[in-house]
Amino acid sequence: MASLPVSTTINSDDVEYLCHADESLLDVLRDRLGLMGAKEGCGTGDCGACSVIMDGRVVCSCLVLGAEAEGRNIETIEGMADGNTLHPLQQKFIEHAALQCGICTPGFLMAAKALLDTNPDPSEEEIRFWLAGNLCRCTGYDKIVRAVADAAIVMREERA
Amino acid sequence: MSVARPLPHDAAPLHVTGAARYVDDIPTPAGTLHLAFGTSAVAAGRILSMDLDAVRHAPGVVAVLTHADLPRDCDVSPAAHDEPLLADGVVHYVGQAVFLVIAESHLAARHAARLGRVEIEAGTPILTIDEALEAGSHFEGGPITWSRGDTEAALAGAPRRISGVMEIGGQEHFYLEGQAALAFPQEGGDMVVHSSSQHPTEIQHKVAHALGIPMHGVRVEVRRMGGGFGGKESQGNALAVACAVAARLTGRACKMRYDRDDDMVITGKRHDFRIAYDVGFDDEGQILGIEFTQYARCGWSQDLSLPVADRAMLHSDNAYRIPAMRIASHRLKTNTQSATAFRGFGGPQGMLGIERVMDHLAHETGLDGAEIRRRNFYAEAEAETKVGTGPGHGHKFGAAHSPKARYSERENITHYGMEVTDFILGGLTDQLLASSDYAVRRAAVEDWNAHNSILKRGIAYAPVKFGISFTLTHLNQAGALVHVYQDGSIHLNHGGTEMGQGLFQKVAQVAASRFGVDPALVRITATDTGKVPNTSATAASSGSDLNGMAAKAACDTIRDRMAECLAELHQARVEEVVFANGEVRIGTTTLPFAEAVQLCYFNRVSLSATGFYKTPDISWNRVAGRGRPFFYFAYGAAVTEVVIDTLTGENRILRADIVHDAGASLNPALDIGQVEGAYVQGAGWLTTEELVWDDAGRLRTHAPSTYKIPACSDRPDIFNVALWDGPNRAETIYRSKAVGEPPLMLGISAFLALSDACAACGSGYPDLDAPATPERVLAAVTRARQA
Repeated sequence: MASLPVSTTINSDDVEYLCHADESLLDVLRDRLGLMGAKEGCGTGDCGACSVIMDGRVVCSCLVLGAEAEGRNIETIEGMADGNTLHPLQQKFIEHAALQCGICTPGFLMAAKALLDTNPDPSEEEIRFWLAGNLCRCTGYDKIVRAVADAAIVMREERA
Repeated sequence: MSVARPLPHDAAPLHVTGAARYVDDIPTPAGTLHLAFGTSAVAAGRILSMDLDAVRHAPGVVAVLTHADLPRDCDVSPAAHDEPLLADGVVHYVGQAVFLVIAESHLAARHAARLGRVEIEAGTPILTIDEALEAGSHFEGGPITWSRGDTEAALAGAPRRISGVMEIGGQEHFYLEGQAALAFPQEGGDMVVHSSSQHPTEIQHKVAHALGIPMHGVRVEVRRMGGGFGGKESQGNALAVACAVAARLTGRACKMRYDRDDDMVITGKRHDFRIAYDVGFDDEGQILGIEFTQYARCGWSQDLSLPVADRAMLHSDNAYRIPAMRIASHRLKTNTQSATAFRGFGGPQGMLGIERVMDHLAHETGLDGAEIRRRNFYAEAEAETKVGTGPGHGHKFGAAHSPKARYSERENITHYGMEVTDFILGGLTDQLLASSDYAVRRAAVEDWNAHNSILKRGIAYAPVKFGISFTLTHLNQAGALVHVYQDGSIHLNHGGTEMGQGLFQKVAQVAASRFGVDPALVRITATDTGKVPNTSATAASSGSDLNGMAAKAACDTIRDRMAECLAELHQARVEEVVFANGEVRIGTTTLPFAEAVQLCYFNRVSLSATGFYKTPDISWNRVAGRGRPFFYFAYGAAVTEVVIDTLTGENRILRADIVHDAGASLNPALDIGQVEGAYVQGAGWLTTEELVWDDAGRLRTHAPSTYKIPACSDRPDIFNVALWDGPNRAETIYRSKAVGEPPLMLGISAFLALSDACAACGSGYPDLDAPATPERVLAAVTRARQA
């Protein structure tokens, strides 16, 4: 199969890669670029473990083709922290024990970031329904919701 | 001391940055091959022919193996030797591995696997409990029966009697990380395997057998799993063995991971059960005798079904002292996935059986659900001093039914002959009913139901008493390996595996406490059969009990050697050497821990030790159903409130309140996380999670699109979780209690609340089956109205 050249931006870096026309963005990230933070939980867009942000919108990278990233701005978990300084969401997930096995965590953080980037003061219900596309089998979600709500407060204070 | 502190999960900083490595994330050498199974589309039959030419010629395919190509049968079963890696001429379920594709990429292997043409002479599959009973398709030849007391006489003589049957669905584990394995061939025919497994030693054993080499030729490493829940106790064997066989054949690293749909179709799940009951009781709601018949659908191979079915029998008393009980347990062999371990290991089904009885009894007598349960409780542990002084001790029966007289007639002994000496549910229930405002809310629910005809509410209390220990006694052992390096840093290894539960952190806190140092000094390392041998699965909630004790033993050995050396150097007595606050105090001298270590090193003290632990005081005869299978019990209780829509059956959990007993918790943050997650998983099992097989034995719910685990939006609006404040009476590591499985059964209260809401629709007993999907809720509403 012929390979397609793709130019895109990933975590603020200009990136160029070759990929097959039928290759998912998830496979490109993991297999070609070595960014292993996005996980394949179902491969059908139902679990959110592969969530990344594309042009400000949270997407399941298993449902996006690698070629579709052309000219887009992609954010992944690897770019969330600023060097060694964790993003408030990352910090709050640790503080609130909002993770157990951790494999859904990168996807939750991406989805939560996309929420707070557009809605800095979400209600608890908005958080819960926004994150309903991300499955977690370990935590029962309570601590995740609390962590996101707490991070929103910190981020609002930082902006103020 | 670091024990009891709510420290975060040891890998939390890795998890939030996406840097935590799971098997599929481990960097692989160039030329790594990828594997996929071609599977049976038929539930039962004989393989007539296989045309695999198209598979062999598909792009990227390196080799294709059938049973005949394997070096030996390559059995992948945990015990019974009844699971050949690839079908040996007969197929037993839809999804059984028939051939193995080895290819250059994961997708190439999967695409090619679809191209096989396998001609099967289809037989008549046995799919359901009824079909299995009709065909006499049992493991162990027939039902297993345990009995205590004269159940027949108790039932015949009882003033009142009810009976019923309940269907209980299975459950898919839905670990977010699918099964995965990666094998690296070594010099001299040895093999290193990375596996997403709760049981590295079993992986080592099965791989060694498949390769025809001693266990010393295989090293298995497990750093972490993306969830296990019992689904990775035996179900990872096939992938690890396939990778090892393919790596031996090709000389290249081989990796295999199941795609989600394959994972759900191929691997075993929680056993579905049917439980029939016949109960004799008196006007006070006191149970006098029960006859249970449990039917477990075990699937095509034995796997762990026998101990699972045993544990269902062992928990059919839950928290209640029942004078006479007989249980018959049918372990049915069917042409479906081989049902396997799942958090609770049969306990949840057995417990749901008796809780269903309590629910039915409350409906029959008109007594409140919490009250009738308390009347049947085992005697509280402090009964000698507290009888009659607090609720939950039987004082509510009144003079006509003196609890003292009743209790003296019956000992505090389970139906399998074990004395219950640590019962705390009386006090725990008092705390929960108060903190959840149960009485007021029960009245409010009744008031709501009196004024609303469409939306009906329900509220229910349910207790949990769960036995802790492997019922196979020899599994209750563990080992640890600890090194202290000359810079004062500590390397910790033990036989337990990390699947998210925080075991590594808990054991590291134990190690840090023994040396009196900051847990950051302790490096937790991947479970490795080359470091600690002959380990048991991380299962039965035993992880921190067993491995915490083993690690403590190893640390104490090193600490004692250090103390001896330091005491001699400083002319002090050994007892005067104290390890605390990152320092070692020797009489009047104080040294930083690292300096003390270095001093010991210079004085040629061995700073490496193994530790070993075996659970004391347990013995169990599973054939007779007699003995003390458990070291202790873990307790908990929940109150759940729900609302149902009587027009559609749709329902929601509005509020859940939990008090759970983790003994003196090693880490309250991790333990509360276990309780919350387990409750939601248990509630999911009994509400939204429905497995559907069609008439041909095909699982039709094999992805999250059709199989509904709880989502963030399903979380109760109000969710109050507290740990019971009290040490374990049994001598466990820092008097903590196992916490992995017990809280799953708190989810039963959600199911009972739904039953309560259905019962509010009429006068009949709703007879709700599990999972309580909207369809079943609607049917139960109809039944309640029809009576």
